[in-house]
Amino acid sequence: MKKCVIKLEKLKKNYKMGSVDIYALRGIDMEIDEGEFVCIMGPSGCGKSTLLNLLGCLDKPTEGKYYLNGCDISAMDDDTLSDMRCSYLGFVFQSYNLIPQLSVVENIEIPLYYQGVSPNESRNKSIELASRIGLAERLYHKPTELSGGQQQRVGIARALVNNPLVILADEPTGNLDSTSGKEIMGIFTELHEQGKTIIMVTHDENIAKYGDRIIRLKDGLIEKDERISKRISV
Amino acid sequence: MLSVLSIYRWIRIVKMGFKSLWLHRLRSLLTMLGIVFGVASVIAMLAVGEGASQVAQDQIRRLGSKNIIVRSVKPSLEQKATGQRSRAIEYGITWADATRIRSTIPDVEILVPNRIIRDVVWNTQWRVDGQIVGTVSWYPEMRELQIIEGRYFTEIEVQSVQNVCVLSINTITSLFPNGDPVGKSVRIGSDYYKVIGIIEDEGNIGTPSQTQSFLVQTSENQNKSRKPGERFSPQREIGKRDEQKGPIATPQYRIYIPITAAQKRFGETLVRRTTGTFEAERVELHELIVMVNVEERVEEVAKIVDSILQKYHKQRDYELTIPLELLRQAERTKQIFNLVLGTIAGISLLVGGIGIMNIMLATVTERTREIGIRRALGARKRDIILQFLIETIIMSGTGGLMGIALGLFIPYLITYFATMPTIIRLWSPLIAFGISAGIGVIFGIYPALRAANMDPVEALRHE
Repeated sequence: MKKCVIKLEKLKKNYKMGSVDIYALRGIDMEIDEGEFVCIMGPSGCGKSTLLNLLGCLDKPTEGKYYLNGCDISAMDDDTLSDMRCSYLGFVFQSYNLIPQLSVVENIEIPLYYQGVSPNESRNKSIELASRIGLAERLYHKPTELSGGQQQRVGIARALVNNPLVILADEPTGNLDSTSGKEIMGIFTELHEQGKTIIMVTHDENIAKYGDRIIRLKDGLIEKDERISKRISV
Repeated sequence: MLSVLSIYRWIRIVKMGFKSLWLHRLRSLLTMLGIVFGVASVIAMLAVGEGASQVAQDQIRRLGSKNIIVRSVKPSLEQKATGQRSRAIEYGITWADATRIRSTIPDVEILVPNRIIRDVVWNTQWRVDGQIVGTVSWYPEMRELQIIEGRYFTEIEVQSVQNVCVLSINTITSLFPNGDPVGKSVRIGSDYYKVIGIIEDEGNIGTPSQTQSFLVQTSENQNKSRKPGERFSPQREIGKRDEQKGPIATPQYRIYIPITAAQKRFGETLVRRTTGTFEAERVELHELIVMVNVEERVEEVAKIVDSILQKYHKQRDYELTIPLELLRQAERTKQIFNLVLGTIAGISLLVGGIGIMNIMLATVTERTREIGIRRALGARKRDIILQFLIETIIMSGTGGLMGIALGLFIPYLITYFATMPTIIRLWSPLIAFGISAGIGVIFGIYPALRAANMDPVEALRHE
C-alpha cells in the first residue's frame, strides 16, 4: 500500500467577481499516492488552475478539507502555508517565472534560501542540479539569454532543489515547441521513474499520455478519473 | 528549524538588497540624493548656528561672567533742552557712586572706574580717532586681556600721574605703520604719552537692546580680533567702525592711560565739536566695572547697584550691562536659531523620505511578479517585508553617510570662503544619520507591507 500524500474532501472554492459569486470548485474528492504522475485536464474555466493553486497552498479552500502529507491545510495561517510550500512543494510554471535579474544558479537556489540553507551548500546543490539537467555551461547566464526549453529546465531544477514531496506543473510545455516540449516531458518521465509525485495541469491529450492517471474536470467537479496502465516512453 | 530566521537569510537579504539597488544605479542614486542633501543641510546648518552662537558667547564671556558694567548715558533730548544752554551738561556716574557701591555691597570684589574720552591720537603725521581710556592698573587682569608687548602701567604710575599709555593692537597699523611702537611717544591734544605696551583688542559688546544684531556683528570681527599676534592691513574697515555711534561703539582704537592722568590732562569738562555747535559735558566716570565674588550673586548685586544709583540720580543717566544675562540671552537665541534651522533641514529630510517611498512603491509594482514567484517558492510575508525594507534602509543609510560627508565638507567651505566660524558637534552627524535611517524604516514600511500583502496567485498572474 502506497502512502497517500494528498487527500481532498469535498473541496469547494468560491470567488467573488463584483457582486456575483463564482463557484470554481464545487466539491472535489480525491486521493493522490506517492509516486503517481497525475494529469489534470479539462476545458478552460473548469477549475483546473484554481485546483492547482489550492494544491499548491497558494490559496485556501472556501469549504472542505485538504490534507497534504497528513496536515490539514485549510486551518493553516499564512506563515505555515509558506513553510509548507517551502518544504513539500515544487512549482513548474507555464511561463517559467524565472527572476530576470538573477542568474541560472541564483534562480535555482531561491527555495533553499527560504529554507535557511547556508550559501555554500545551496550553491553547490543548485550547480549540481543544473548540471544534471544539462545546463552546466549556462550557470551564470541570465534567463533572457536562454531558449524557452532551457528556461523551463531551470524552472524544473528550481522545483527540485528543495527535494519536494510533490511537483506541481502548470502546463509546463504550453509555451514550448514540440521538440523542447518532448525534452521537458522526458525529464518529467525520468523524475516519475525516480519515484517523484507529479501533478500536471494540461489540455494537450498527447502530453497527458505521459502520466499514469488522468483526472478530467468539468464545471468544478471531477468528470472522470482514469488510470493508464500503458505509458509512452521517450 | 524552519521558524528560525537564520543568519544566512540576513546575509542573503542584505546582499540581495545591494544587488537590486546596483541594478538600477542611477535610479537609486537619484532617490538617495534627497536624503544626502537633507542630512548635509542638517549638519551644515547646525554647524553654522553653533559657530555663530559660540562666537557670541565667547565674546560675552570675555566681558567676564562675574562682572556688572555700569555706563554713563547722556539723558534724552527733552531733559537736555530744559538745561541751561551755556553750561555744560552734567550727567553720569560719579566717584561718589563708586565709593558707595564699594562700601555698601560686601559681595563686590573689584571695582574698576574708567573715563573714556574720544580724541585724536597723533604719531607725527599719522593719526587715529581714538578712545582714550583712563583706567586703573588692574584693568587688564579683570577683563582678561593679554599684554602682547611691553607691559601695562603700574599702580605707582597711576598714583604719580605719569604720562604713559598702552595701545590696543588694532591701533598699531594706523599709528605706527613702520612698527615697533614701544618706547616711542604719541600726542593727544598738547600732551605727549610714552608708549609702554601693546594690549589685545577688547571684545565687542552691546547693550541688551543690541544683542540681536550682536550675533551677526561679532562673528565677522572674531577671526581677526582673536589672533592678536597677527598684522592687519591698514585700510581695515575704518569707515565702517566710525558709523557706529553711541558711547560704546566698539571695538575702537583704544589707548589706555592712568585714570589720574585722564582726569588731570583732560579735566572734568569735555568739549565735543559737532557740526556747527559745541557741546560741553561734565562726566566724572564713563564706565564702572563691578566684579562680584561669585557668579550666582551677580544678578542680585546688579539689582542692589541699580537701587543705590537710583537714589542719587534724578534722571536715568546710566545703564547696566550684565554679561551673564547677555550670555543667557545668547543661549536662548541659539536655541531658537537651532530650532529654526533644524526644522528647515528636517523638512528637506522629510521630502527625501517621501521621494524614497515613491520610488519604492513603483519598484514594488514593477516587481509584483517576482514577489509572486518568491511567495510560491516558500517566502513568508516577513521575508518579502524584509527584502523591501532593507532596500530602503540601505538607500537611506548610504544616503545618510554621503550626506554626513557632504555635511562635514560644507561648513569647511563656509568658513573658508565666507570667513564665518562653524562648529560641528559630534551629536549633529549622529542625529542626522539616525533620522535618515529612521526615515528609511518609516517610509519603507508601507511599500514593503504592500508587497507582502499581495495575493500570491494574483501576483503570479501579473504581467
